[in-house]
Amino acid sequence: MPMPYYVSPEQMMQDKAEYAKKGIARGRSIIAMEYVNGILLAAENPSASLHKISEIYDNIAFAGAGKYSEFENLRKAGIRHADLKGFMYSREDVTARSLANGYSQSLGTIFSQELKPLEVEILVVQIGNNGHANEMYRISFDGSIIDERQYAVIGGKSEAVQAVLKDRMPTQLPDLRMALNLCIAALEQTGNQKLSLESLEVAVLDRTRDSRKFRRFSPTETKQLQS
Amino acid sequence: MKLPFLPNHDDPSFFDFLTAQHPDLTPGIRAAAMPGLSAGDPLRAAGAVTVPQATTVLGLKYQDGVVIAGDRRATEGFQIAERRIEKVFKIDDYSAMAIAGAAGPCVEMAKLFQTELEHYEKLEGVQLSCDGKANKLGQMVKANLPMVFQGLVVMPLYVGYDVKRAEGRIFKYDLAGGRYEESDYHAIGSGGKDARNTMREHFRKGMAEQEALKLALLALYNAADDDVGTGGPDLVRGIYPTAKIVNATGITDVSEQQIRGIYDGMIAARRSKES
Repeated sequence: MPMPYYVSPEQMMQDKAEYAKKGIARGRSIIAMEYVNGILLAAENPSASLHKISEIYDNIAFAGAGKYSEFENLRKAGIRHADLKGFMYSREDVTARSLANGYSQSLGTIFSQELKPLEVEILVVQIGNNGHANEMYRISFDGSIIDERQYAVIGGKSEAVQAVLKDRMPTQLPDLRMALNLCIAALEQTGNQKLSLESLEVAVLDRTRDSRKFRRFSPTETKQLQS
Repeated sequence: MKLPFLPNHDDPSFFDFLTAQHPDLTPGIRAAAMPGLSAGDPLRAAGAVTVPQATTVLGLKYQDGVVIAGDRRATEGFQIAERRIEKVFKIDDYSAMAIAGAAGPCVEMAKLFQTELEHYEKLEGVQLSCDGKANKLGQMVKANLPMVFQGLVVMPLYVGYDVKRAEGRIFKYDLAGGRYEESDYHAIGSGGKDARNTMREHFRKGMAEQEALKLALLALYNAADDDVGTGGPDLVRGIYPTAKIVNATGITDVSEQQIRGIYDGMIAARRSKES
């Protein structure tokens, strides 16, 4: 039996990271942005039924970029985690922080132990109630977790989108219409093309809603909102 | 690979997930697993454990949907265990359920059913059909069968607005999980028969909302009149039965003020007959 070649751990990790990054960059960007009444999530998504943005719990939403099958599994796992916790304890005990930690653990373990890392980058966002701040966590393929403020971008040319937003983000929290237009402008500018409303997936966590704060916008609603 | 909740099954049911992963938290399954509590054991032979029991609840169709209502009393033997227990639950945007039986497990089943429907909706991206929801509840009642032998009966009454058919629907169950649809009205619990008698006399198809609500509250009043386990309006403490309206716009709570108003009229009419 031939001996396997020796590969240094550094080399192996680097190769895996490169592989994952390539997969994620192939996709398109997703933006989460705080606005006065909550958090707006906007993604470029040609499919009307395969969602990138989804509800996890009362005040928590999820967005995934990269390989659909992989972040879809993570999304389902998150919903199971949240529903189980809410059933066992109480609805208010389900937090984005604990969920983000779970994701970070899972992704980190897979990255270091499995042959193929997950080609995903995910966002877990939660709106704060009663004066508590919003929380936005960006979790990478290797399990590293970053706590974002004002806006967060994952997938595609995320750095370019971030640069655009950094320039144009107002100092005060924008209203919903302004936030939506800002997101669309940033996606169009980095993609170098006009986005049709059908290829835009928009959802919000709206603090003014009862119990379940997540709401998805149809293309017609998005259009009404824009103008 | 041991990762928390990474799915190795693709089942959208929260109930099945709980059964597989946390049988200790699943009603019914848990009772079956409890070694000391199997049928025929000394504890059971000594007589069932007394637990708070919840009583008359009813559902009644009207022209736009269904009225669902319930009294507020829980009893433990000959004692009142709770005067303001809530037996009518909003389950999701288009369904509500009311419960009769052992109070604790009843409330637990309502909570589990609520989570079940929300879980399905989030995983699949669509809501279950009205029939699907009613079936699922039937399976949960069936899973509770081991608890029934311990004396912990849970009996739900499910009402939903079927968006596809554009009509309200009422489902009743039996202890073995049998599911039966009712065409007009139904009441369950210890005062269920009394409530059904009242509704049978006064029900007609296509009633207006106010009329249906009045009949539902009258049925509860009559049930409380004849059944010790059912609580009538408590004028001293200001505790009144609760009711919800289920129709195309969703689930609406009927305000306590409105219910009080209806009872005030009803009681005044009764009093005038006595003098």
